[in-house]
Amino acid sequence: MERFAALVDALVYTRGRNDKLRLIARYLRDTLDPDRGWALAALTGALDFPAVKSSTIRAMMQQRVDPELWALSRDFVGDTAETTSLLWPAPDGEHDPPPTVSQAVALLSAMTRKSVQADLPQLLDRLDPSGRYALLKLATGAMRIGVSSRLAKVAFAQAFAVPAEEVEEHWHGLEAPYRELFAWAAEGAAPPDTASRPTFRPFMLAHPLEESEIDLADYAAEWKWDGIRVELVRVGGETRLYSRSGDDISAAFPELTDVLPIDAVLDGELLVRGSHQGGEEGGAASFNALQQRLGRKTVSRKMLNEYPAFIRLYDVLMAEGADVRELPWSERRTRLEALMPRLPDSHFDISEIVSAPDFAALAAIRESARDAAIEGLMLKRRDSPYVAGRKTGLWYKWKRDPLLIDCVLMYAQRGSGKRSSFYSDYTFGCWNGDPDGGADLLPVGKAYSGFTDAELKKLDRHVRQHTVNRFGPVREVDRSLVFEVAFDSVHASKRHKSGLAMRFPRIHRIRWDKPPHEADRIDTLRALIRD
Amino acid sequence: MARDFAWIRPEPHGIHVAPADIWIDPSHPVPRALVTHGHADHARGGHGETIATAETLAIMELRYQTREGARPVQYGETIRLSGGVDATFVPAGHVLGSAQILLEHAGERVVVTGDFKRQPDPTCPPFVTTSCDIFVTEATFGLPVFRHPPIFTELTRLIDRLHADSDRCVLVGAYALGKAQRVIAELRQIGHRDPIYIHGAMERMCQLYEEFGIELGELRLVSDAEKDAMRGAIVICPPSALNDRWSRRLPDPVTAMASGWMQVRQRARQRNVELPLIISDHADWDELTATIEEVDPAETWITHGREEALLRWHQLHQRRARALALVGYEDEDD
Repeated sequence: MERFAALVDALVYTRGRNDKLRLIARYLRDTLDPDRGWALAALTGALDFPAVKSSTIRAMMQQRVDPELWALSRDFVGDTAETTSLLWPAPDGEHDPPPTVSQAVALLSAMTRKSVQADLPQLLDRLDPSGRYALLKLATGAMRIGVSSRLAKVAFAQAFAVPAEEVEEHWHGLEAPYRELFAWAAEGAAPPDTASRPTFRPFMLAHPLEESEIDLADYAAEWKWDGIRVELVRVGGETRLYSRSGDDISAAFPELTDVLPIDAVLDGELLVRGSHQGGEEGGAASFNALQQRLGRKTVSRKMLNEYPAFIRLYDVLMAEGADVRELPWSERRTRLEALMPRLPDSHFDISEIVSAPDFAALAAIRESARDAAIEGLMLKRRDSPYVAGRKTGLWYKWKRDPLLIDCVLMYAQRGSGKRSSFYSDYTFGCWNGDPDGGADLLPVGKAYSGFTDAELKKLDRHVRQHTVNRFGPVREVDRSLVFEVAFDSVHASKRHKSGLAMRFPRIHRIRWDKPPHEADRIDTLRALIRD
Repeated sequence: MARDFAWIRPEPHGIHVAPADIWIDPSHPVPRALVTHGHADHARGGHGETIATAETLAIMELRYQTREGARPVQYGETIRLSGGVDATFVPAGHVLGSAQILLEHAGERVVVTGDFKRQPDPTCPPFVTTSCDIFVTEATFGLPVFRHPPIFTELTRLIDRLHADSDRCVLVGAYALGKAQRVIAELRQIGHRDPIYIHGAMERMCQLYEEFGIELGELRLVSDAEKDAMRGAIVICPPSALNDRWSRRLPDPVTAMASGWMQVRQRARQRNVELPLIISDHADWDELTATIEEVDPAETWITHGREEALLRWHQLHQRRARALALVGYEDEDD
């Protein structure tokens, strides 16, 4: 555990991607199985200990530290695991030596909701502050140390000089501590057999379109739907649904796991059918409707009936034993179209190609699209093979221009992570009438992004100097600053006092110059609802 | 008899002692001031008369280029102010010349600590516990997450890193008054004899420390040194120079910072620090609370820092306390 803790600390304090890769690669080479496999699983967020959650840690600390002192400390440090690692009282008497990573994993796995409040403290007593931090991060699965699972995989490839794409592909069917993966990469054993299992194949992704124009002879256009990108995989009769990050989300969408009649790997957009939230009759509802289905471990019959999911297909990676990823997009499209009659239209349709005589006409089509489930257009090179990740020049996403509205800053809260001392989370509102006639502001949204570091410093100072009230970690500010807020769409919502919920709000411009009474009214925002 | 302590009052710009019409660490110019120590947020220039230790006055002279109105006192010496107020300067263990000020009037005793710490420091005499009715304390690190490790363990990490990357240098950001000299003096104590390179902004303060008998060993200016000569060496600069263009003249520096804030990972990350050294000249949580229990005052006044948490601690321990909300105190760089 000490070496893993040292790695975690070093990664926290290392900025450069190459330096991070070197640190992880060195650890993976110098550490034995199964410790290195568990460490790798921790870095990629693949570990899950049902009994140990952030709330478990808070409950554990509540028995040891005054709640107010805890809240103040947590707010200052900005991270529950770190606050705990620092506040943990030095144990009395003798303790067992620090556990290895594998021992820690075994102990954490054995904990139950009943035993965790007794077992976890014993484990923490065996570690120093740095070890406690690493252990709690590992246990709760939220490392937040600037290492994406992609980076960890590249580091693995670098450590043993194997191609990163192969690592990505072999990785997915395996479980921590990945002994077969290490045996293949480090010892030259045969690669793990993933072809016969329904594993995740990495997605092909797109760059935002920055060119002012592209030639439609080379590129085909199709709608970019506002759902979640999914991969549906059936191998040997077994079906799995994966999210964009490769998480298995089959359990949340059981209606999709027994409808694919052939072995295949398909790429598409998961959407919810219905016109109750906008969209064409019997077609796709807005993202707002889909949101009802996301993040659920199990799903009720009512949910299934009210928000039935289907997949709008974009592409085919494999079909009936043939890997077609090397084929050009146009050829794959033909194969996908040929497959469609065999797929039940209750759960599948195909994303239509948008044809236009020229680029200007395409731009006009994009502008006039009013369907709530459309996010914009995708432009795909007709001869592009299906390659993992973002490869320049092959696929572009061309999102609809965002909507804009002027809001007034109302509340601010400190961020987490590297923003832990800055007021970086902003709640803003619109007027519920004429501000000069005594109208009030109603909160309409919250944003954490869209500003530079220099602007963040200035905003932080503004918040501190304009605070009129404090509610725990939240500061209320005087109504003096206007944000021009960009957002993708707005929907009716019962959860908010204003009756509105914005999607993807972010700060577009900070209007230091604009008087707050000139900010927009709720009515203006409500008029932008497309549902 | 109920005591009201009307003779000493916290005002937004400092603590005012009415019978003597004198201010403690005022943040704007006043006719008469008592100054606890030389950090800029406590020792402002432009007062008519400034009463402080000789070391603090020398530091202020270095900064403000004048000795006008300077009235030195020694540790332990009691001076009689007008209006029947006695003032005694007691070591605070914070930096060279730092003092707590004990004020006595009509049988009532108030101690103003300025800033203080309890860890040993070779550059100043250790904190002396002084009994009093009102204890006026700082709370820079007044959160229970702050527990400063012994400086020895931090310097060991510094030396280890120096040896691990011997063709690089380790650049340590350290406050130019106090922290820099303490780090140097402590390095000498653990046997580091090599020349230490310093930023030009620290040269005169280091000389002043030596004039007061603090041995700092061989110091060299970065501006006089060849890049290659600094490989494998320790370089010390003010925190503001850490990520400045100035540091480009150094051989691939490992960026370190000596500060109590380094205990919090994201604080270190915000400053692009690779090697955080938890070295503080302030009391940590355990020192603050132990000191208050030792002094056992009837009431604690908290000048600046994380006052909410320390107030809460008082409440939990059935002790009286209030936060003063003085303006002008800073703690961002220590």
